[in-house]
Amino acid sequence: MGATSMPTLPATPDMALPPHPWLAVGKVRHVGDPIAIIVAGDRYQAQDAAEAVRVTYEELPVVVDPERAADPDAPVIHEGVERNTDYVWAVQTGDVERAFKDAAVVVKQKMVSQRLMGTPLETRAVLAQYQPGQEQLTLWTSTQIPHLVKPNVAALLNIPENHVRVVAPEVGGGFGVKLEVYAEELLCSVASRQLGRPVKWIETRSENFQATVQGRGQVAEYELAADRSGKVLGVRARITADLGAYLQVLTALTPTLSGLMIPGPYDIQNLDAEVRGVFTNKTPTGAYRGAGRPEATYYIERMMDALADELKLDPVEVRRRNLVGKDAFPYTTATGLVYDSGDYATPLEKCLEMIDYDGVRREQAGKRAQGIYTGIGIATWVEICGFAPSAATATGGWEYGAVRIDRSAKITVLTGASPHGQGQETSFAQIVADQFGVPIEDITVVHGDTAAVPQGLGTYGSRATAVGGAAVFKAAVQVREKVKRFAAHMMDASEEDLDVVAGRVVVRGSPDRSVTLAEVAGAAYVAASLPPDTEPGLEATSYFEPPNFTFPFGAHAAVVEIERETGKVTLVRYVAVDDCGTVINPLLVEGQVHGGIVQGVAQALTEEVIYDEHGQLLTGTLMDYAIPTAEMFPRFETANTVTTTPVNPLGAKGIGEAGTIAATPTIASAVCDALGIRHLDMPYKAEKVWRVLNR
Amino acid sequence: MIPASFDYYSAETVDEAIELLQAHGSEAKLLAGGHSLIPLMKLRLTEPGTIVDIGKIAELRGVRPRDGGVAIGALTTHNAVSTSPALDGLDAVQEAARAIGDVQVRNRGTIGGSLAHADPGADLPAAILALNAVIVLRGPTGERTVVADQFFQGLLTTDLAEDELLTEVRFRTLLDRTGSAYVKFANPASGYAVVGVAAVVTLGADGSIADVRVAITGAGDHTTRATGVEDALKGQQPSVDAIAAAAAHAAEGIETMGDIHASAEYRAELTRVYARRAIQKAVERAT
Repeated sequence: MGATSMPTLPATPDMALPPHPWLAVGKVRHVGDPIAIIVAGDRYQAQDAAEAVRVTYEELPVVVDPERAADPDAPVIHEGVERNTDYVWAVQTGDVERAFKDAAVVVKQKMVSQRLMGTPLETRAVLAQYQPGQEQLTLWTSTQIPHLVKPNVAALLNIPENHVRVVAPEVGGGFGVKLEVYAEELLCSVASRQLGRPVKWIETRSENFQATVQGRGQVAEYELAADRSGKVLGVRARITADLGAYLQVLTALTPTLSGLMIPGPYDIQNLDAEVRGVFTNKTPTGAYRGAGRPEATYYIERMMDALADELKLDPVEVRRRNLVGKDAFPYTTATGLVYDSGDYATPLEKCLEMIDYDGVRREQAGKRAQGIYTGIGIATWVEICGFAPSAATATGGWEYGAVRIDRSAKITVLTGASPHGQGQETSFAQIVADQFGVPIEDITVVHGDTAAVPQGLGTYGSRATAVGGAAVFKAAVQVREKVKRFAAHMMDASEEDLDVVAGRVVVRGSPDRSVTLAEVAGAAYVAASLPPDTEPGLEATSYFEPPNFTFPFGAHAAVVEIERETGKVTLVRYVAVDDCGTVINPLLVEGQVHGGIVQGVAQALTEEVIYDEHGQLLTGTLMDYAIPTAEMFPRFETANTVTTTPVNPLGAKGIGEAGTIAATPTIASAVCDALGIRHLDMPYKAEKVWRVLNR
Repeated sequence: MIPASFDYYSAETVDEAIELLQAHGSEAKLLAGGHSLIPLMKLRLTEPGTIVDIGKIAELRGVRPRDGGVAIGALTTHNAVSTSPALDGLDAVQEAARAIGDVQVRNRGTIGGSLAHADPGADLPAAILALNAVIVLRGPTGERTVVADQFFQGLLTTDLAEDELLTEVRFRTLLDRTGSAYVKFANPASGYAVVGVAAVVTLGADGSIADVRVAITGAGDHTTRATGVEDALKGQQPSVDAIAAAAAHAAEGIETMGDIHASAEYRAELTRVYARRAIQKAVERAT
């Protein structure tokens, strides 16, 4: 045990892969790097025993700032990784030199997307039970990806994969930080195998803040070239990503999503971009709601505001002049992505109408005359989600779905997506209910248990509906066809003449000729008389594999007010117009938008992981790390436009991360507007704003 | 999040609690609402060998009239303080109680616990000090009273002795033409006061400020009076300008703390801003 490194997904083919032991060997590299495990009869004994562990540390130099870590003389975190630089990911497209030579204006800016903690209210928890007689490991774990934890645990523990069952019950918030394989999952399993008893571990909040992956943590230097009209000619971007001390599964890959999304919703074909991943003596970073896209959106939106400021244009006008046109789809970006479908101007105009942009601008001028500082922020956004296809993802991009009608005509749906609060139990039931005209109460959606659902990938990257929902849809369509085959056989009718309506199969034009779904199910399972070339049963599976990612988009706007004396920022209004393609359940979509906005606003206003220069975590408790609360928010004003995607049969794109991606730059835009300055980095804590007002 | 092991005693009376404190000396800690003690124990920042639970001592709970004023029992929750009709008019203490934490905290945390713990960011000490309350302590030799001015002595340090119990806080009925207020700048993470200011103002017949007390919490390591502000205001007409000029003295004499939430310089500025707001509000209530 401990000899094998934790799994990671590489960002580039030639990146360094320094070992990441399950428990630190010889050297600890960050506060929270685990050094020993205690197994005891109860938590009290375990805590007492942990107190008794004495460790002698030899103090080594540390480096916490990623830019400093890349200096030649910085302390080395992993032997052999020069300048602590794990990888450099780069893209050059078009003629950037020319773009900058031809430019009427060039704006430059350095921007920081600070480190955040995912802070799921439910911390991680693991319960491992190894049954020696059956050589069977059952692992209950708080994860978004039970089907990916399974093969990793099997391989690392040398247990055949078909002897491992991973169960992810209703685990609560993930936000990406549970899109991982963690050492605790392995260690509890090993302990259970050695002791022959179940072993449970529940993460404390302190542990969660030190040992669960954190998010963001990037510094970006951008240069943007534009002509006099505000049309962007080219962009140079250099992003330094703070990886923390080790490579967790998504530590290296996440910052490259920022790189891929540098152009945002704008038509920018001349690009010179570089993302470097740098080790620091801090908790590893990984996926956190938006994972790479909030950073990219923040940077390009701050640059658009800077360009507007430089040219004395309205920030809205600058965006209008650069959005990818409605007729340009599918649109190939400078980073090689193909935006599936879009109509970027429509949500922007709708958003402006909802907030009454001209009206709030007039109001702002009036208030400024009275000494009241208000700011109006706007952001247009596009993101990459619906993670697939397999050729573009290291773990596979498909999703598994199965639909089975039982003898009593109740329907069971299996999905490899592992929803943990998003509500796919409802929306997937709706998808299936539509195929049979049955109430959703007749449908049960099963997920999160590798013994119940044979295959899957999981819930992440706003993919559950776009990929998992589409798999369920395709399986349901297959079962529907089989239902019609049986019904045609039973009624001596032609399949082509049948409709499935309200739980019955009806001969079109002859409403008196019909059979109920229960009658069909009975015939399918009793199987006394089968249609030609048909096996008994009503069940189908789909491994749905889309040809591309999906690219939701939209526009957000906000009004903030700043208290002159203290610098305190108050969010007064928030308008979000998002386009996630087909909406299956408007309430669930709105719920995702609300939660996303809250977490995005939190990055802009309150959240910030702070380490001191010795690598000590200063925001190690909820007394110090400010998560958002309801009193910070006005009623959100939300709306949707609908532009379907051609990449899946539902036309749905995904909405889980949209709010987080758009809200952060929207608030940044509003605060900088209120202050009348070009740029200020987040979070806009009162003192920081007060200092700007008093400089 | 598991405390070290400890012995647990539940006291039925004040005398029994004092006996237990005497018997266990510095090993013992009193448990009231538990909202400061238990988190510290769970993080093992403190590991008392003995816990004396006073939560069942009924006589310590509640608000009642006393000697022409009102007394708040030590076990009275913040929620009860903030909603008790018997405390109508004592706006500063009710506003301070209402400004604490969240609903759950206010339903468990007690006034006695907050004052005895004397956290530098606690809200109630400022109101207690500005209202010139009397704190009642009982120990092996009987009861003694101490005025708020003498009670708060330093970081987490009060006049309370190891074998004493804080039983009650007494307020005199406010004079006519007196108003009080408590305002705070809350830490967005913890809810504690980055700076909190309580003010009590009594206006004379001519409308000038006859008496004023201003107390600051959060800025320094313990709650203190802002005597510079008080001196500047006494005898003045309470104009906006006079209040602003006086409030400019609010941070004088305080060694303002600096941390990741607010620098010392910013805390000093907040002290001045919130002092002005508290006085302004108290003046409005006095008229």
